Amino acid sequence: MTPPLFEYLLRLGDDRLVLGHRLSEWCGHGPILEEDIATANLSLDLLGQATLFLRLAGQVEGSGRDEDALAYWRDENQFRNLQLVELPRGDFGFTTMRQFLFDAWSFHLLEALSRSTHAGLAAIAAKAHKENRYHLRHSSEWVLRLGDGTGESHARMQAALDELWPWTGELWYQDGVDATLRADGVVPDLDPLRALWDAMAKEVISRATLTLPRGPMRMTGGRAGRHTEHLGHMLAEMQIVARSHPGAKW
Amino acid sequence: MVEKRQQTTVNGQRELPPLTGPDALALLESVKDPEVPVLSVVELGIVRGVEVDGAGQAATITVTPTYSGCPAMQVIEEEIVAALRAGGFRAVEVRTVYAPAWTTDWISDAAREKLRAYGIAPPGQVTAEQLVPLGPVVRSVSCPFCGSPNTSLTSEFGATACKSLHVCHACRQPFEHFKAF
Repeated sequence: MTPPLFEYLLRLGDDRLVLGHRLSEWCGHGPILEEDIATANLSLDLLGQATLFLRLAGQVEGSGRDEDALAYWRDENQFRNLQLVELPRGDFGFTTMRQFLFDAWSFHLLEALSRSTHAGLAAIAAKAHKENRYHLRHSSEWVLRLGDGTGESHARMQAALDELWPWTGELWYQDGVDATLRADGVVPDLDPLRALWDAMAKEVISRATLTLPRGPMRMTGGRAGRHTEHLGHMLAEMQIVARSHPGAKW
Repeated sequence: MVEKRQQTTVNGQRELPPLTGPDALALLESVKDPEVPVLSVVELGIVRGVEVDGAGQAATITVTPTYSGCPAMQVIEEEIVAALRAGGFRAVEVRTVYAPAWTTDWISDAAREKLRAYGIAPPGQVTAEQLVPLGPVVRSVSCPFCGSPNTSLTSEFGATACKSLHVCHACRQPFEHFKAF
């Protein structure tokens, strides 16, 4: 069995690696120049955070794998990210709405993790939390602007929210990995964070004149390596250079 | 800059006088951030610690990244090693720490003035910004060229994550602002 902390760090790292890659797909394709640059910068932050979490994961595992080995040489069923972050980027409204839902979740999770009893994890979480603050400001601002915007932008944001909402159930998934680490104060219980996230999400969605969807949540499984059909395609593109030229440096 | 050291001869072998922490710090002042070439890594607060061994030959430099995704960190580490070795250190180790997290509050007043003279509006205090978790953020930035407070934001991000883009309505000059972080 893999150490729980290794497993948990993969989850934190993979969420940011996969979402960072999805954001990077906008580079050169942003709807306006300012958002093209913004999206690339947010992507870079997420990739940087993923680097730190995966590097620590490699150190915890102690088998000599570094962050590159973990990013490029694991297959789809070894990735531990949320299914929410692997969905194709969609239009700018979809990207923005997903980013807001994720940023608001990260805001509460990283804040709690910055008080972890594991000093290395706490340091990375505190640093990531600072960055996440302006990510959240940015994504929430755009949800408001587009939701409470034109008829076209409002319709797209509502469609994005309707599509994304059922995937947010997995944000609150917890299993034995969490329970073991929670007992030592390494990670927080997600349940109390849910009410905080709910309040924040609902406030912004309401101010953006959007309607909260009802209905069941979708399947979960990302934390156990079960993914949508989209992750494999993304990884093929992300990993091909590293796998075609093993050990290449620049 | 460190003065070129006199070489002395001891037992037929050429020995260099030991280097000190202040020597290392002076050498580090020559290492600039590639993204903000007007400030050194010391002025930016990237350098968190300088240790020199008893023999005055090996230096251990502790650094912290500005942003976790900062693409310049590797270049900065290489330049730190190169500068210290060129200054006479035989061994240089660069260690990275993440806590406490880097903040623009570590940039000194003198360094802020250098930024302004370079055409980049320096950062304000961090606390005001951190209290606003949901956007948009409103901040007052004075033009680094004419000093007018009559400016507006044109882009939250610029060439790097640490800078935003603004325009001055008084002198019509577009400029960058180093965001409080």
